[in-house]
Amino acid sequence: MTLPSLNLLAQSILSGIFIGALYGLIGLGLGLTWGLLRQINLAHFGLVFLGGYLSYQMTASWKLDPLLALVLVPPLFFAIGVGMQWVLSKFAITPFNSLLVSFGITVVIESGIQGIWTADYRKLESPYNAMKFTVGKLYLPVPELVTLALALAACFGVWAAMRYTDLGKAMRAMAEDGKIAAAFGVNAQTLALVLAGGCAALAGVAGVCLALTFSLTPSQIYAWVGVVFAAVMLGGLGSALGPLAAGVIIGVSEAITMAVASPSWAPIVSFSLLIAMLLLRPAKAGT
Amino acid sequence: MSLTRRRILSATSAAAGALFGLPALAQQAAGAPIRIGSTLALTGPLSATALTHKLVGEIYVEQLNKRGGLLGRPVQWIVKDDQSKPELARTLYEQLITSDKVDLLMGPYATGAILSAMGVAQRYNKVLVHHTFGIPSMAKYDMQFPAWSLGPDPQKTVSNSLFDLMETAKKPPKTIAIVTSKFPSVHFMSLGGREVAKQRGLKEVLFLEWEFGNRDFGPIAARVKDANPDMVWIGDIGLEGNQLLEAMKKIDYTPPIHFHLYPAPGPMTHSPEGANALSVTIFEEQPPFTNSGTAAEFVKTFNERATAAGLPDTHVEVQAAASYSAWQILEAGVRGANSLDDKKIGEWLRKNKVDTIQGRLRFDGPGNYGDDLMKIKQVQGGTWKVIWPTSFASPGASLQVR
Repeated sequence: MTLPSLNLLAQSILSGIFIGALYGLIGLGLGLTWGLLRQINLAHFGLVFLGGYLSYQMTASWKLDPLLALVLVPPLFFAIGVGMQWVLSKFAITPFNSLLVSFGITVVIESGIQGIWTADYRKLESPYNAMKFTVGKLYLPVPELVTLALALAACFGVWAAMRYTDLGKAMRAMAEDGKIAAAFGVNAQTLALVLAGGCAALAGVAGVCLALTFSLTPSQIYAWVGVVFAAVMLGGLGSALGPLAAGVIIGVSEAITMAVASPSWAPIVSFSLLIAMLLLRPAKAGT
Repeated sequence: MSLTRRRILSATSAAAGALFGLPALAQQAAGAPIRIGSTLALTGPLSATALTHKLVGEIYVEQLNKRGGLLGRPVQWIVKDDQSKPELARTLYEQLITSDKVDLLMGPYATGAILSAMGVAQRYNKVLVHHTFGIPSMAKYDMQFPAWSLGPDPQKTVSNSLFDLMETAKKPPKTIAIVTSKFPSVHFMSLGGREVAKQRGLKEVLFLEWEFGNRDFGPIAARVKDANPDMVWIGDIGLEGNQLLEAMKKIDYTPPIHFHLYPAPGPMTHSPEGANALSVTIFEEQPPFTNSGTAAEFVKTFNERATAAGLPDTHVEVQAAASYSAWQILEAGVRGANSLDDKKIGEWLRKNKVDTIQGRLRFDGPGNYGDDLMKIKQVQGGTWKVIWPTSFASPGASLQVR
């Protein structure tokens, strides 16, 4: 092992921040549904990729600016999320069963994606791909900066909404004690639909960011599950800022590992951090 | 344009119509069909390439039946989806033999699945012709036959061929960075390349490995840039090489010489970063490969059918050529042995040579491997051109260095 140059280390940390922001953005919706709705929504990953593919389609076929997808995709996904939540609540799905049902939905989404776009790799081509800012010897690619900006905006936006709006307070109350909240007039069913729709919209946003920075292939859905779950567990279920912070920590740790040691060690970073958290502060993990 | 079920059915119907439009030839094949079974990774991480193999198999079986089938009987291909999982491939090959009771086997795609299928074939004493098995030293079954002509020691022979080419450069590289996926067949070759590079006096300035399915190539790109090698050996499969080149571009770095082991060929030519990328091949759509009528006909048919099916890459290169060759080998074995008896087919193949679109193949070396027929190609002007050895080079093509 040789010590990396400062420039290499700094560039790697930047890379880690960027991908960590994506981990956090993907984890935001997952964490909220898990913490507030008590649903482990694996379909979230399928929705993220569906959002990515729709962004690709809009760019490749309809020649739209990929950032326009940020206007078109979230409302569509909000509706999808509401519909999914309505079905789940109709059948009174338990938290464990939500894991199974949502996994099935992911498989269906994967099959649908493959049926439409094939199993081959798809790459969203846009002028943004070649754009970057330089700070000294460090490079800040525009697609990654967009992802970071959106992750920050989404996480802080949700945080502010949960803290300062009546809707957000009602959601927190619902999660804390649904029956007491209902006694004070909180309509849990409606709130659940709104929350599920919002989380699905966030998945759509994450999908746009994914398409901006990565090649797409249906089977890659599962490559993100482990690391994002780790970010959510580390960051805290139902937390708006936790998954982002945890995602960045994981991303930077992975990047430093790749820069200093070997890229093949990177996959163990996220779960090592999670295990460390479970060992050192078990009460904090997932809360 | 995407590959859809409708397109596949449409293409298949058209092919069936063409087949039925040749009653004189079709009637030469009579009786119960000879059933050939295989799996392919029709879903999962390897499915993009497996679709090419599926199309090739369909083309070959159609052509074969037009020529009267095998032993006077039509041929039916039963292909199952192993989902890119070697363990599932094993189960499905068991099923093909014991439940579907196929007459013959054809190999699956990719090293892991082929290894699984090989174990099953050995258990039931079935011939297994396979395409793109990447670790010849693991092919120990005496009735397996490789269609990918990379020789018994490709990690040495292919690497030496590459470095022979490098010595023809105006400024031969003195330093090398080796970065590689740990996908089994890729990793095997990269370790071999690493060893050969040392033997030939290249100074290794960086060696990195990543897990197959790696998400972030940014830090890897940064390390390569920091090391500043004369040449980068990228042990990639699929789009890994493209992803690494894109990550390099984001930090304003382009390696002067970059070799890619098993890239997705289409995306590499389409990407601006892919300019001057080097890779290996056994067949390209150019003379002398297309000098034979069989090869020329196959290229034309594949181009048309791949376009109709919406495949993103419609060219015949390593994967399609190895796949077609596999069918040629199996057909030759059956015809030569004049039998469906696997033992007789195996004996015939080991004692005889088979003419394929790659060239003449033999199976009398270690692990039934023959000669290393790999060539070196480079992306020039947005297309792959063979540049080494010179006897196979595209007219006017030679090594280009940034």
